[in-house]
Amino acid sequence: MASLIETDIVIIGAGPVGLFAVFELGLYDLECHLIDILDRSGGQCTELYPEKPIYDIPAWPKISGQELTEKLLEQIKPFSPGFHFNRMVTGLEKLDDGRFEVTTDEGEKFRAKVVVVAAGGGSFQPKRPPIPGIEAFEGKGVFYSVRRMEDFRDQDVLIVGGGDSALDWTLNLQPVAASVTLVHRRAEFRAADDSVNKMLALREAGAVRFEIGQITALRGEDGALQGATLKGPEGERDIPCSRMLPFFGLTMKLGPIADWGLNLHENLIAVDTEKFETSEPGIFAIGDINWYPGKLKLILSGFHEAALMAQAARKIVNPDKRVVFQYTTSSTSLQKKLGVK
Amino acid sequence: MTKLTIVAHDGVNFDIDAEDGSTVMENAVRNSVPGIEAECGGACACATCHVYVDDAWAEKVGSPQVMEEDMLDFAYDVRPTSRLSCQIKVTPELDGLIVHVPERQA
Ligand SMILES: Cc1cc2nc3c(=O)[nH]c(=O)nc-3n(C[C@H](O)[C@H](O)[C@H](O)COP(=O)(O)OP(=O)(O)OC[C@H]3O[C@@H](n4cnc5c(N)ncnc54)[C@H](O)[C@@H]3O)c2cc1C
Ligand code: FES
Repeated sequence: MASLIETDIVIIGAGPVGLFAVFELGLYDLECHLIDILDRSGGQCTELYPEKPIYDIPAWPKISGQELTEKLLEQIKPFSPGFHFNRMVTGLEKLDDGRFEVTTDEGEKFRAKVVVVAAGGGSFQPKRPPIPGIEAFEGKGVFYSVRRMEDFRDQDVLIVGGGDSALDWTLNLQPVAASVTLVHRRAEFRAADDSVNKMLALREAGAVRFEIGQITALRGEDGALQGATLKGPEGERDIPCSRMLPFFGLTMKLGPIADWGLNLHENLIAVDTEKFETSEPGIFAIGDINWYPGKLKLILSGFHEAALMAQAARKIVNPDKRVVFQYTTSSTSLQKKLGVK
Repeated sequence: MTKLTIVAHDGVNFDIDAEDGSTVMENAVRNSVPGIEAECGGACACATCHVYVDDAWAEKVGSPQVMEEDMLDFAYDVRPTSRLSCQIKVTPELDGLIVHVPERQA
Protein backbone atom coordinates (compact mmCIF):
# COMPACT_ATOMS: atom_id res chain seq x y z
CA MET A 1 0.00 0.00 0.00
CA ALA A 2 2.76 2.47 -0.84
CA SER A 3 0.69 5.45 -1.96
CA LEU A 4 1.72 9.09 -2.21
CA ILE A 5 -0.66 12.01 -1.72
CA GLU A 6 0.45 15.56 -2.50
CA THR A 7 -1.58 18.35 -0.95
CA ASP A 8 -1.35 21.83 0.58
CA ILE A 9 -1.78 20.88 4.21
CA VAL A 10 -1.59 17.67 6.24
CA ILE A 11 -3.40 17.77 9.58
CA ILE A 12 -2.35 15.16 12.15
CA GLY A 13 -5.39 14.43 14.32
CA ALA A 14 -9.09 14.71 13.46
CA GLY A 15 -10.27 15.95 16.87
CA PRO A 16 -12.45 19.08 17.10
CA VAL A 17 -9.48 21.37 16.61
CA GLY A 18 -8.11 19.54 13.55
CA LEU A 19 -11.60 19.61 12.04
CA PHE A 20 -12.07 23.34 12.57
CA ALA A 21 -8.64 24.00 11.06
CA VAL A 22 -10.02 22.62 7.78
CA PHE A 23 -12.61 25.41 7.84
CA GLU A 24 -10.16 28.22 8.50
CA LEU A 25 -7.71 26.92 5.90
CA GLY A 26 -10.50 26.20 3.43
CA LEU A 27 -11.51 29.86 3.40
CA TYR A 28 -8.11 30.45 1.76
CA ASP A 29 -8.58 27.64 -0.76
CA LEU A 30 -6.09 25.38 0.96
CA GLU A 31 -6.63 21.66 0.46
CA CYS A 32 -6.36 19.55 3.62
CA HIS A 33 -5.86 15.87 4.42
CA LEU A 34 -6.56 14.65 7.97
CA ILE A 35 -4.98 11.54 9.47
CA ASP A 36 -6.16 9.87 12.69
CA ILE A 37 -5.43 6.61 14.47
CA LEU A 38 -9.10 6.28 15.45
CA ASP A 39 -11.73 4.97 13.03
CA ARG A 40 -13.69 8.27 12.99
CA SER A 41 -13.33 11.94 13.71
CA GLY A 42 -14.00 13.86 16.92
CA GLY A 43 -10.98 12.92 19.04
CA GLN A 44 -11.67 13.05 22.77
CA CYS A 45 -15.20 14.36 22.17
CA THR A 46 -16.42 11.20 20.43
CA GLU A 47 -14.04 8.70 22.04
CA LEU A 48 -14.26 9.76 25.68
CA TYR A 49 -17.53 11.64 26.14
CA PRO A 50 -19.89 11.42 23.13
CA GLU A 51 -23.05 11.66 25.27
CA LYS A 52 -21.86 14.24 27.77
CA PRO A 53 -22.86 17.88 27.46
CA ILE A 54 -20.27 20.63 26.97
CA TYR A 55 -21.39 24.00 28.32
CA ASP A 56 -18.64 26.37 27.18
CA ILE A 57 -18.84 26.37 23.39
CA PRO A 58 -19.75 29.94 22.43
CA ALA A 59 -23.41 30.29 21.34
CA TRP A 60 -24.14 26.65 22.22
CA PRO A 61 -25.46 26.71 25.79
CA LYS A 62 -25.32 22.91 25.74
CA ILE A 63 -23.97 20.50 23.14
CA SER A 64 -22.74 16.91 23.44
CA GLY A 65 -19.33 15.74 22.23
CA GLN A 66 -21.02 13.78 19.45
CA GLU A 67 -23.21 16.70 18.32
CA LEU A 68 -20.27 19.10 18.32
CA THR A 69 -18.36 16.73 16.05
CA GLU A 70 -21.33 16.34 13.69
CA LYS A 71 -21.75 20.13 13.48
CA LEU A 72 -18.06 20.60 12.71
CA LEU A 73 -18.24 17.96 9.97
CA GLU A 74 -21.24 19.78 8.48
CA GLN A 75 -19.37 23.08 8.65
CA ILE A 76 -16.28 21.80 6.81
CA LYS A 77 -18.17 19.72 4.24
CA PRO A 78 -17.86 22.38 1.48
CA PHE A 79 -14.08 21.98 1.57
CA SER A 80 -14.17 18.17 1.11
CA PRO A 81 -11.06 17.34 3.12
CA GLY A 82 -9.42 13.93 2.72
CA PHE A 83 -9.97 11.65 5.72
CA HIS A 84 -7.50 8.86 6.50
CA PHE A 85 -8.56 6.86 9.54
CA ASN A 86 -7.07 3.86 11.35
CA ARG A 87 -3.50 4.97 10.75
CA MET A 88 -0.94 6.47 13.02
CA VAL A 89 1.45 9.11 11.76
CA THR A 90 4.87 7.74 12.54
CA GLY A 91 7.28 9.94 10.59
CA LEU A 92 7.61 13.63 9.80
CA GLU A 93 10.58 14.80 7.77
CA LYS A 94 11.64 17.84 5.82
CA LEU A 95 12.38 17.30 2.12
CA ASP A 96 15.04 19.09 0.06
CA ASP A 97 12.36 21.08 -1.82
CA GLY A 98 11.19 22.64 1.46
CA ARG A 99 8.06 20.53 1.76
CA PHE A 100 7.36 17.98 4.50
CA GLU A 101 6.84 14.26 4.15
CA VAL A 102 4.45 12.58 6.55
CA THR A 103 4.51 8.76 6.84
CA THR A 104 1.92 6.47 8.42
CA ASP A 105 2.22 3.01 9.94
CA GLU A 106 0.29 1.74 6.89
CA GLY A 107 3.18 2.86 4.71
CA GLU A 108 1.43 5.77 2.99
CA LYS A 109 3.26 9.00 2.32
CA PHE A 110 1.86 12.53 2.21
CA ARG A 111 3.74 15.57 0.94
CA ALA A 112 2.70 19.09 1.89
CA LYS A 113 4.08 22.59 2.35
CA VAL A 114 2.53 22.87 5.78
CA VAL A 115 1.90 20.33 8.52
CA VAL A 116 -0.55 21.05 11.33
CA VAL A 117 -0.16 18.89 14.43
CA ALA A 118 -3.60 18.74 16.10
CA ALA A 119 -2.82 15.58 18.01
CA GLY A 120 -4.56 16.48 21.29
CA GLY A 121 -3.42 14.35 24.19
CA GLY A 122 -1.57 12.12 21.75
CA SER A 123 -2.66 9.02 19.91
CA PHE A 124 -5.27 6.77 21.45
CA GLN A 125 -3.73 3.46 22.41
CA PRO A 126 -5.07 0.42 24.28
CA LYS A 127 -4.86 0.62 28.05
CA ARG A 128 -2.54 -1.86 29.72
CA PRO A 129 -4.40 -3.57 32.55
CA PRO A 130 -2.62 -3.27 35.91
CA ILE A 131 -1.49 -6.91 36.11
CA PRO A 132 2.04 -7.31 37.52
CA GLY A 133 4.61 -8.43 34.95
CA ILE A 134 2.23 -8.21 31.96
CA GLU A 135 4.88 -6.35 29.90
CA ALA A 136 6.97 -9.51 29.62
CA PHE A 137 4.15 -11.29 27.76
CA GLU A 138 3.21 -8.50 25.36
CA GLY A 139 3.61 -9.40 21.70
CA LYS A 140 4.04 -13.13 22.48
CA GLY A 141 1.14 -14.18 24.69
CA VAL A 142 -0.67 -10.91 25.38
CA PHE A 143 -2.11 -8.84 22.51
CA TYR A 144 -4.20 -5.66 22.57
CA SER A 145 -5.67 -6.13 19.12
CA VAL A 146 -6.04 -8.91 16.59
CA ARG A 147 -3.90 -8.11 13.59
CA ARG A 148 -3.87 -11.67 12.21
CA MET A 149 -6.45 -14.31 13.18
CA GLU A 150 -3.81 -16.97 12.41
CA ASP A 151 -1.91 -15.98 15.57
CA PHE A 152 -4.86 -17.35 17.52
CA ARG A 153 -5.51 -20.57 15.60
CA ASP A 154 -5.61 -23.65 17.87
CA GLN A 155 -4.71 -21.51 20.89
CA ASP A 156 -6.43 -21.34 24.26
CA VAL A 157 -7.60 -17.75 24.20
CA LEU A 158 -8.53 -15.67 27.24
CA ILE A 159 -10.46 -12.48 26.44
CA VAL A 160 -10.92 -9.91 29.20
CA GLY A 161 -13.45 -7.07 29.15
CA GLY A 162 -17.12 -6.31 28.71
CA GLY A 163 -17.30 -3.95 25.73
CA ASP A 164 -17.87 -4.45 22.03
CA SER A 165 -14.26 -5.42 21.27
CA ALA A 166 -14.27 -8.17 23.90
CA LEU A 167 -17.59 -9.59 22.69
CA ASP A 168 -16.79 -9.29 18.98
CA TRP A 169 -13.49 -11.12 19.33
CA THR A 170 -15.06 -13.81 21.48
CA LEU A 171 -17.45 -14.49 18.60
CA ASN A 172 -14.86 -14.14 15.83
CA LEU A 173 -12.13 -16.25 17.39
CA GLN A 174 -14.40 -19.02 18.64
CA PRO A 175 -14.32 -20.94 15.30
CA VAL A 176 -10.51 -20.82 14.97
CA ALA A 177 -9.24 -21.06 18.55
CA ALA A 178 -8.86 -24.30 20.49
CA SER A 179 -10.89 -22.68 23.28
CA VAL A 180 -12.18 -19.22 24.15
CA THR A 181 -12.80 -18.00 27.69
CA LEU A 182 -14.35 -14.57 28.25
CA VAL A 183 -13.72 -12.93 31.62
CA HIS A 184 -15.63 -9.88 32.80
CA ARG A 185 -16.08 -8.54 36.31
CA ARG A 186 -19.87 -8.68 36.16
CA ALA A 187 -22.70 -10.24 34.18
CA GLU A 188 -23.71 -6.99 32.43
CA PHE A 189 -21.97 -5.81 29.27
CA ARG A 190 -21.34 -2.52 27.52
CA ALA A 191 -21.85 -4.13 24.13
CA ALA A 192 -24.47 -4.58 21.44
CA ASP A 193 -27.30 -6.82 22.68
CA ASP A 194 -26.98 -8.95 19.58
CA SER A 195 -23.34 -9.87 20.34
CA VAL A 196 -24.15 -10.56 23.98
CA ASN A 197 -26.98 -12.89 22.98
CA LYS A 198 -24.77 -14.71 20.49
CA MET A 199 -22.07 -15.15 23.12
CA LEU A 200 -24.61 -16.50 25.63
CA ALA A 201 -25.92 -18.93 23.03
CA LEU A 202 -22.40 -20.20 22.34
CA ARG A 203 -21.86 -20.56 26.04
CA GLU A 204 -25.10 -22.52 26.35
CA ALA A 205 -23.84 -24.81 23.59
CA GLY A 206 -20.54 -25.26 25.42
CA ALA A 207 -18.54 -23.56 22.65
CA VAL A 208 -17.18 -20.70 24.79
CA ARG A 209 -16.73 -20.21 28.51
CA PHE A 210 -17.74 -17.10 30.40
CA GLU A 211 -16.33 -16.35 33.86
CA ILE A 212 -17.10 -13.51 36.24
CA GLY A 213 -14.05 -12.04 37.91
CA GLN A 214 -10.83 -10.13 37.41
CA ILE A 215 -7.42 -11.34 36.25
CA THR A 216 -4.80 -10.65 38.91
CA ALA A 217 -1.70 -12.53 37.74
CA LEU A 218 -0.18 -14.28 34.73
CA ARG A 219 2.09 -17.30 34.56
CA GLY A 220 4.44 -18.52 31.87
CA GLU A 221 8.06 -18.52 30.77
CA ASP A 222 10.02 -16.21 28.45
CA GLY A 223 6.91 -14.41 27.32
CA ALA A 224 5.10 -17.65 26.49
CA LEU A 225 1.80 -17.50 28.34
CA GLN A 226 0.57 -20.61 30.17
CA GLY A 227 -2.17 -19.40 32.46
CA ALA A 228 -3.85 -16.59 34.34
CA THR A 229 -5.20 -16.22 37.86
CA LEU A 230 -8.89 -15.42 38.00
CA LYS A 231 -10.15 -13.76 41.15
CA GLY A 232 -13.88 -14.39 41.19
CA PRO A 233 -16.73 -14.46 43.68
CA GLU A 234 -15.59 -17.92 44.83
CA GLY A 235 -11.95 -17.05 45.32
CA GLU A 236 -8.90 -17.50 43.12
CA ARG A 237 -8.20 -20.13 40.53
CA ASP A 238 -5.97 -20.75 37.54
CA ILE A 239 -7.22 -20.60 33.95
CA PRO A 240 -4.81 -22.26 31.51
CA CYS A 241 -4.35 -20.15 28.35
CA SER A 242 -1.74 -19.42 25.70
CA ARG A 243 -3.14 -16.10 24.44
CA MET A 244 -4.72 -13.21 26.28
CA LEU A 245 -6.59 -10.26 24.76
CA PRO A 246 -7.30 -7.55 27.36
CA PHE A 247 -9.80 -4.87 26.27
CA PHE A 248 -9.63 -2.11 28.87
CA GLY A 249 -10.39 0.90 26.74
CA LEU A 250 -8.04 3.47 25.32
CA THR A 251 -5.62 5.93 26.80
CA MET A 252 -3.72 8.76 25.12
CA LYS A 253 0.04 8.50 24.62
CA LEU A 254 2.25 11.12 23.00
CA GLY A 255 3.65 8.42 20.71
CA PRO A 256 5.95 9.16 17.78
CA ILE A 257 5.50 12.96 18.07
CA ALA A 258 8.37 13.00 20.56
CA ASP A 259 10.76 11.83 17.82
CA TRP A 260 10.15 14.58 15.28
CA GLY A 261 12.78 16.97 16.61
CA LEU A 262 10.27 19.63 17.70
CA ASN A 263 10.93 21.60 20.88
CA LEU A 264 8.81 20.16 23.67
CA HIS A 265 7.63 21.54 26.99
CA GLU A 266 6.67 18.71 29.37
CA ASN A 267 5.53 16.45 26.51
CA LEU A 268 3.66 19.24 24.74
CA ILE A 269 4.82 21.06 21.62
CA ALA A 270 6.05 24.57 22.35
CA VAL A 271 4.59 27.23 20.01
CA ASP A 272 4.45 31.01 19.67
CA THR A 273 1.13 32.78 20.25
CA GLU A 274 1.07 34.77 17.02
CA LYS A 275 1.02 31.87 14.56
CA PHE A 276 1.11 28.77 16.77
CA GLU A 277 4.16 27.64 14.86
CA THR A 278 6.59 25.09 16.35
CA SER A 279 10.38 25.34 16.46
CA GLU A 280 10.31 24.09 12.83
CA PRO A 281 8.95 26.77 10.45
CA GLY A 282 6.04 25.36 8.45
CA ILE A 283 4.98 22.96 11.20
CA PHE A 284 2.19 24.28 13.40
CA ALA A 285 0.68 22.80 16.57
CA ILE A 286 -2.85 23.66 17.73
CA GLY A 287 -5.30 22.37 20.35
CA ASP A 288 -4.45 20.27 23.39
CA ILE A 289 -1.05 19.20 22.03
CA ASN A 290 0.56 22.64 22.20
CA TRP A 291 1.95 24.73 25.01
CA TYR A 292 2.53 28.44 25.51
CA PRO A 293 2.36 30.62 28.62
CA GLY A 294 -1.27 30.78 29.72
CA LYS A 295 -2.42 27.82 27.61
CA LEU A 296 -5.87 26.43 28.45
CA LYS A 297 -6.85 22.99 27.19
CA LEU A 298 -10.23 24.08 25.92
CA ILE A 299 -11.92 23.49 22.57
CA LEU A 300 -12.53 27.23 22.39
CA SER A 301 -8.79 27.98 22.62
CA GLY A 302 -8.05 25.42 19.93
CA PHE A 303 -10.49 27.11 17.55
CA HIS A 304 -8.80 30.47 18.07
CA GLU A 305 -5.39 28.91 17.47
CA ALA A 306 -6.68 27.37 14.23
CA ALA A 307 -7.78 30.79 12.93
CA LEU A 308 -4.42 32.45 13.55
CA MET A 309 -2.47 29.46 12.28
CA ALA A 310 -4.41 29.62 8.99
CA GLN A 311 -3.19 33.18 8.36
CA ALA A 312 0.43 32.09 8.63
CA ALA A 313 -0.12 28.83 6.73
CA ARG A 314 -1.68 30.53 3.68
CA LYS A 315 1.36 32.80 3.35
CA ILE A 316 3.63 29.75 3.26
CA VAL A 317 1.53 27.88 0.69
CA ASN A 318 0.79 30.92 -1.54
CA PRO A 319 3.46 33.50 -0.73
CA ASP A 320 2.63 35.77 -3.67
CA LYS A 321 -1.14 35.81 -3.35
CA ARG A 322 -2.55 39.05 -1.93
CA VAL A 323 -5.43 38.35 0.42
CA VAL A 324 -7.61 40.88 2.17
CA PHE A 325 -9.28 40.01 5.43
CA GLN A 326 -13.00 39.32 4.95
CA TYR A 327 -16.03 38.34 7.02
CA THR A 328 -18.06 35.26 6.10
CA THR A 329 -21.20 37.37 6.71
CA SER A 330 -20.54 39.84 3.93
CA SER A 331 -17.96 38.42 1.52
CA THR A 332 -19.54 36.99 -1.62
CA SER A 333 -16.34 35.13 -2.50
CA LEU A 334 -16.19 33.40 0.89
CA GLN A 335 -19.88 32.54 0.62
CA LYS A 336 -19.30 30.99 -2.78
CA LYS A 337 -16.65 28.71 -1.25
CA LEU A 338 -19.07 27.74 1.48
CA GLY A 339 -21.68 26.90 -1.13
CA VAL A 340 -24.24 29.33 0.29
CA LYS A 341 -24.29 31.74 -2.67
CA MET B 1 -20.33 21.27 56.34
CA THR B 2 -20.20 17.51 56.49
CA LYS B 3 -17.42 15.42 57.99
CA LEU B 4 -15.66 13.17 55.53
CA THR B 5 -12.71 10.85 56.11
CA ILE B 6 -10.62 9.61 53.21
CA VAL B 7 -8.18 6.86 54.15
CA ALA B 8 -5.15 6.83 51.87
CA HIS B 9 -3.71 3.48 50.84
CA ASP B 10 -0.82 3.85 53.30
CA GLY B 11 -3.39 4.19 56.12
CA VAL B 12 -3.12 7.95 56.63
CA ASN B 13 -6.50 9.52 57.44
CA PHE B 14 -7.59 12.76 55.79
CA ASP B 15 -10.34 14.31 57.93
CA ILE B 16 -12.12 16.88 55.82
CA ASP B 17 -14.94 19.37 56.39
CA ALA B 18 -16.69 18.93 53.08
CA GLU B 19 -19.13 21.35 51.52
CA ASP B 20 -22.56 19.87 50.86
CA GLY B 21 -23.08 19.34 47.14
CA SER B 22 -19.38 18.88 46.44
CA THR B 23 -18.12 15.47 45.34
CA VAL B 24 -15.85 13.20 47.35
CA MET B 25 -13.34 13.39 44.46
CA GLU B 26 -13.23 17.21 44.63
CA ASN B 27 -12.48 17.04 48.34
CA ALA B 28 -9.76 14.46 47.79
CA VAL B 29 -8.08 16.59 45.11
CA ARG B 30 -8.35 19.82 47.13
CA ASN B 31 -6.69 18.10 50.07
CA SER B 32 -4.04 16.38 47.91
CA VAL B 33 -5.02 12.87 48.98
CA PRO B 34 -2.48 10.58 47.28
CA GLY B 35 -3.88 7.99 44.89
CA ILE B 36 -6.89 9.94 43.60
CA GLU B 37 -5.85 10.98 40.11
CA ALA B 38 -9.19 12.16 38.65
CA GLU B 39 -7.78 12.60 35.17
CA CYS B 40 -11.08 13.57 33.56
CA GLY B 41 -11.96 16.11 36.21
CA GLY B 42 -15.13 14.43 37.37
CA ALA B 43 -16.85 13.61 34.10
CA CYS B 44 -17.16 9.89 34.92
CA ALA B 45 -14.92 9.20 31.96
CA CYS B 46 -11.61 7.93 33.37
CA ALA B 47 -12.11 5.67 36.44
CA THR B 48 -9.02 7.12 38.14
CA CYS B 49 -10.95 8.39 41.16
CA HIS B 50 -11.92 4.88 42.32
CA VAL B 51 -12.54 4.36 46.07
CA TYR B 52 -13.96 1.68 48.35
CA VAL B 53 -16.79 2.95 50.49
CA ASP B 54 -16.34 1.77 54.08
CA ASP B 55 -18.56 -1.27 54.74
CA ALA B 56 -20.50 0.62 57.41
CA TRP B 57 -21.46 3.27 54.85
CA ALA B 58 -21.93 1.22 51.71
CA GLU B 59 -25.69 0.95 51.97
CA LYS B 60 -26.26 4.62 52.74
CA VAL B 61 -24.06 5.80 49.86
CA GLY B 62 -25.84 3.46 47.48
CA SER B 63 -24.80 1.70 44.32
CA PRO B 64 -23.47 3.20 41.10
CA GLN B 65 -25.61 4.36 38.16
CA VAL B 66 -25.28 2.51 34.85
CA MET B 67 -22.67 4.89 33.39
CA GLU B 68 -20.53 4.71 36.51
CA GLU B 69 -20.84 0.91 36.63
CA ASP B 70 -19.62 0.76 33.01
CA MET B 71 -16.66 2.99 33.85
CA LEU B 72 -15.77 0.80 36.85
CA ASP B 73 -14.93 -1.95 34.34
CA PHE B 74 -11.71 -0.01 33.75
CA ALA B 75 -10.75 0.25 37.40
CA TYR B 76 -8.31 -2.01 39.22
CA ASP B 77 -9.39 -4.54 41.86
CA VAL B 78 -13.07 -3.63 41.83
CA ARG B 79 -15.01 -4.82 44.90
CA PRO B 80 -18.68 -4.79 45.90
CA THR B 81 -18.23 -1.41 47.66
CA SER B 82 -16.33 0.19 44.78
CA ARG B 83 -17.47 3.64 43.63
CA LEU B 84 -16.05 6.44 41.53
CA SER B 85 -15.58 9.25 44.02
CA CYS B 86 -16.56 11.94 41.50
CA GLN B 87 -20.03 10.42 41.48
CA ILE B 88 -20.56 10.56 45.25
CA LYS B 89 -22.11 13.85 46.33
CA VAL B 90 -21.61 14.98 49.90
CA THR B 91 -24.94 15.50 51.74
CA PRO B 92 -25.78 16.00 55.43
CA GLU B 93 -27.03 12.39 55.55
CA LEU B 94 -23.46 11.25 54.84
CA ASP B 95 -21.97 13.07 57.86
CA GLY B 96 -19.02 10.96 59.04
CA LEU B 97 -18.60 9.10 55.72
CA ILE B 98 -15.42 7.02 55.38
CA VAL B 99 -13.94 5.95 52.04
CA HIS B 100 -10.70 4.07 51.31
CA VAL B 101 -8.26 4.70 48.47
CA PRO B 102 -7.29 1.51 46.57
CA GLU B 103 -3.73 0.33 46.07
CA ARG B 104 -3.65 1.91 42.64
CA GLN B 105 -5.79 3.47 39.96
CA ALA B 106 -5.95 1.71 36.58
C1 LIG C 1 -14.29 14.03 29.96
C2 LIG C 1 -13.81 15.29 29.28
C3 LIG C 1 -14.61 16.43 29.33
C4 LIG C 1 -14.20 17.60 28.67
N1 LIG C 1 -15.02 18.72 28.72
C5 LIG C 1 -14.65 19.85 28.05
C6 LIG C 1 -15.47 21.02 28.07
O1 LIG C 1 -16.53 21.05 28.73
N2 LIG C 1 -15.07 22.11 27.36
C7 LIG C 1 -13.91 22.14 26.64
O2 LIG C 1 -13.61 23.14 26.00
N3 LIG C 1 -13.09 21.05 26.62
C8 LIG C 1 -13.44 19.92 27.32
N4 LIG C 1 -12.60 18.82 27.31
C9 LIG C 1 -11.33 18.94 26.60
C10 LIG C 1 -11.53 18.81 25.09
O3 LIG C 1 -12.13 17.56 24.78
C11 LIG C 1 -10.18 18.93 24.39
O4 LIG C 1 -9.68 20.23 24.64
C12 LIG C 1 -10.31 18.73 22.89
O5 LIG C 1 -10.77 17.44 22.58
C13 LIG C 1 -8.97 18.98 22.22
O6 LIG C 1 -9.13 18.80 20.85
P1 LIG C 1 -7.92 18.42 19.90
O7 LIG C 1 -8.51 18.37 18.54
O8 LIG C 1 -6.79 19.34 20.19
O9 LIG C 1 -7.43 17.01 20.40
P2 LIG C 1 -8.14 15.57 20.59
O10 LIG C 1 -9.60 15.71 20.78
O11 LIG C 1 -7.35 14.91 21.66
O12 LIG C 1 -7.89 14.84 19.20
C14 LIG C 1 -6.59 14.52 18.78
C15 LIG C 1 -6.64 13.39 17.79
O13 LIG C 1 -5.35 13.19 17.24
C16 LIG C 1 -5.11 11.82 17.07
N5 LIG C 1 -3.67 11.57 17.04
C17 LIG C 1 -2.74 11.95 17.94
N6 LIG C 1 -1.50 11.56 17.57
C18 LIG C 1 -1.65 10.91 16.38
C19 LIG C 1 -0.74 10.28 15.47
N7 LIG C 1 0.58 10.22 15.70
N8 LIG C 1 -1.26 9.71 14.35
C20 LIG C 1 -2.60 9.73 14.10
N9 LIG C 1 -3.49 10.34 14.91
C21 LIG C 1 -3.02 10.92 16.04
C22 LIG C 1 -5.80 11.19 18.25
O14 LIG C 1 -6.12 9.83 17.98
C23 LIG C 1 -7.05 12.07 18.41
O15 LIG C 1 -8.17 11.55 17.72
C24 LIG C 1 -12.97 17.64 27.97
C25 LIG C 1 -12.18 16.50 27.92
C26 LIG C 1 -12.58 15.32 28.57
C27 LIG C 1 -11.71 14.11 28.50
S1 FES D 1 -12.65 11.76 37.90
FE1 FES D 1 -12.70 10.61 36.10
S2 FES D 1 -14.20 9.15 36.53
FE2 FES D 1 -14.12 10.30 38.34
